[in-house]
Amino acid sequence: MSWTPADPMVSLRDVHKSFGTLKVLNGVSLDVMKGDVICIIGPSGSGKSTLIRCINALNDIQKGSILVEGQEVNDPNLNKLELRKKVGMVFQQYNLFPHKTALQNVMMAPVRVLKHDKAKAEAAARALMKKVRLEGKEDAYPGELSGGQQQRVAIARSLAMQPDVILFDEVTAALDPETVGEVLQTIKDLAEEGMTCILVTHEMAFAREVADHIYFTDRGVIVEHGPPATFFKNAQDPRTKEFLSQVL
Amino acid sequence: MDFIFEWFRALYDETGINLPILYDEYDRNRMIGGFFTTIRLSLVCLFFSVVIGVIGAWLQGSAFTWTRRIVNGYIQLFRNTPPLVQLYFFYFAIGTMLPTVQNDWGGQSPILGSFAWATISLSFFAGAFNVEIFRSGIEAVPKSTVEAAEALGFSKLQIYRDITLPLAFRVVLPALNNNLVNLLKTTTLAYAIAVPEMLYEANQIWSDNVNVTEMMIFLLLAYFVLVGVLVSGMHRWERAMRIPGFGG
Repeated sequence: MSWTPADPMVSLRDVHKSFGTLKVLNGVSLDVMKGDVICIIGPSGSGKSTLIRCINALNDIQKGSILVEGQEVNDPNLNKLELRKKVGMVFQQYNLFPHKTALQNVMMAPVRVLKHDKAKAEAAARALMKKVRLEGKEDAYPGELSGGQQQRVAIARSLAMQPDVILFDEVTAALDPETVGEVLQTIKDLAEEGMTCILVTHEMAFAREVADHIYFTDRGVIVEHGPPATFFKNAQDPRTKEFLSQVL
Repeated sequence: MDFIFEWFRALYDETGINLPILYDEYDRNRMIGGFFTTIRLSLVCLFFSVVIGVIGAWLQGSAFTWTRRIVNGYIQLFRNTPPLVQLYFFYFAIGTMLPTVQNDWGGQSPILGSFAWATISLSFFAGAFNVEIFRSGIEAVPKSTVEAAEALGFSKLQIYRDITLPLAFRVVLPALNNNLVNLLKTTTLAYAIAVPEMLYEANQIWSDNVNVTEMMIFLLLAYFVLVGVLVSGMHRWERAMRIPGFGG
């Protein structure tokens, strides 16, 4: 059975994950179609970040299945390189390479991993810097950029690998309030271009605006999910209601 | 130049302060030879000890228990024994076990001479410390930075070479400088196996001229200047490697 674009791009089935005796994911299932933007929300420690880290195999899982374009991630013989060409990731703490300039950060993986020609990779990287509105900052080192600027470089770095889906792990949580907007705008632009995005976020207003589907997780399970319009107005589960009453 | 040489000869005649390394061509050439042997031995050992440090630190992160054990055993052995004992061990114990070769005069010569054994012994000695120094630097690189590289599809070797090592290097430079200064000073031990370095040549000269005090003062100053040059070079390197906005 080979994967076609009509199938879910990312498909989780009964995913279980624990760190030692601590169970973090307790049977999570969800599907993400091409071009979907889904937001995962929930209280701290509910397993949101672990969930998306499992999708690109930064964490392994104990039970269940994760398919990315038909490739099984829960497989001891997983070809991680193939998986990571498909799945980009942006982190809460940006995690840029501090000894490389912004431009080098963006073009490094295409040159090293995809073996792209250097001149071609540089041209692409410059275009991406422009896309995330950081023209003129190409030669700045991460330490010379604000949090919001660093995070946009991190998004450009992820885009440079031309992934089919990007995972965003609380990407605005470490930012100053005034720079959150610029990063969210960048993600919104991507979503509008049809990029498949899976976001873990605490930005409810943003989730409501850009998400096609919202998942609420608590204690390692998906408690409730639905399109934002119904999810935010007619939450059914008491846990969802309580969470929403605290954050909205 | 001759004017200066003659002045030192006059100094000897007038005051008894005897520095034949300046006015006597034969002694001068001996000391110049010793000086360059010290430089050569230091540079070769410097290079190999850093190579050993880089490779050893990489092997210490190996998934194979036995690889890690061997590296740790090597470090313990060379850190817990005196360098002079190591030098004697290599030269007299290992050296005599190796086959000999026919030399130009029809006699038998050891395959490796004293300079080669000094290089091997001192490189392993300083290398053991360098492994530990590099390991401390590698541990200082945030795991999240490495994860970002993993998520971009970098291989383990690429991560070590392009991310971990360049960052670790900057962290460990002050400690590395210390160890390399120590190494330069430790090259005087090669005297014990008749490597014609500065101390050895100085000894030859004071035996012939009975000018122990003068030669001791000269040696002290010569090493003082030599290490000073090394330290200032390393500091210059440290400054050149500094990244704007990283590590203060």
